[in-house]
Amino acid sequence: MTRQQVLDLYFMEARSKVIDLAAFLDRVDRGTGDADFRLASIHAALAALQQSEPTRARSALEALSDPTAEPIEKAPGKGAVGAWPGMAGSGSGT
Amino acid sequence: MRYIEPHGHMVSRTTDDYLDMVTAGCAAVCEPAFWAGFDRSSADGFRDYFRQLTEYEPARAAKYGLPHFCWLCINPKESEDVGLARDVLSLVPEFLGRPNVLGIGEIGLNKNSRNEVKVLEMHVDLAARENQLILVHTPHLEDKLKGTRLILDVLRADSRIRPERVLIDHVEEHTARMVLDRGHWGGMTLYPISKCTPARAVDILDVFGSERLWMNSACDWGESVPLAIPRTALEMRRRGWTAEDIDRVIYANPVRFLSQSPRFTLR
Repeated sequence: MTRQQVLDLYFMEARSKVIDLAAFLDRVDRGTGDADFRLASIHAALAALQQSEPTRARSALEALSDPTAEPIEKAPGKGAVGAWPGMAGSGSGT
Repeated sequence: MRYIEPHGHMVSRTTDDYLDMVTAGCAAVCEPAFWAGFDRSSADGFRDYFRQLTEYEPARAAKYGLPHFCWLCINPKESEDVGLARDVLSLVPEFLGRPNVLGIGEIGLNKNSRNEVKVLEMHVDLAARENQLILVHTPHLEDKLKGTRLILDVLRADSRIRPERVLIDHVEEHTARMVLDRGHWGGMTLYPISKCTPARAVDILDVFGSERLWMNSACDWGESVPLAIPRTALEMRRRGWTAEDIDRVIYANPVRFLSQSPRFTLR
């Protein structure tokens, strides 16, 4: 596909998602109290979008992933939350 | 349009879904053993579940003219209890000869714990001893990258396992390459929020090629779309894919992998 065709097909959807994300971050900022590690993870994923190579989706996913290699001792439960609790910046409001 | 649904938890769906899928061109559905949404209290619960997958559900699908196949295991979400897993695995061989059973699955990891790895190794050993195909679940969200690496290591450590007889499911942009480089097949799951959107799935096909990839809805009791495959076929058409190329991904590829089991036949 040409870049023009990609824009014709997907621009409006991407525009909507960018504004939704911006509104989400504004909503978090307007909230009270501390944010947990998930907010720092979102900012790390957003930073990955600034790269120039067309591997941004992969980089964003990696920014949201557990980077460790060893199995954990015991499963703490069954669910996943979408970001790694060990993410640096945990507790940050921005 | 024709397609195979290679991963659908149909016991969680209504007959309306069967009707819609067949209307959209579904030619066969394959159902991996799954977590019920709660932990079963004993191996007897699994015996009943395996009967449901091998007796009741194929009969329900047959009412719509849809061939139904299944995979058997204890799901990774219930693998923390190694004793229970051992009991369940001892049941599996008596069901492997049933006419709609394709192999061992969906095994894998959920939270990447030591016990989950141990139970995964037990499943891989069973598959190797019984010469069964393997369908692997990779963990969700933040656990997927690490879990996929651990799973690939377990598979590589067992020299009896032929990579082309293993499909690693739920791949995304950060795991597809490592799965394909090891010689396995990859599955992309089309979920509205937590896995691939149709657009991303087609991106992955564009980047990694369609030789050893398939897609599935993994429809279950959670947020999922039984018609996700035909909807993604429409996305492929929007992007200029030919009917032949679409057919290769949504029909011919699953047929090629699944036909490694002698029980997978389409009349």
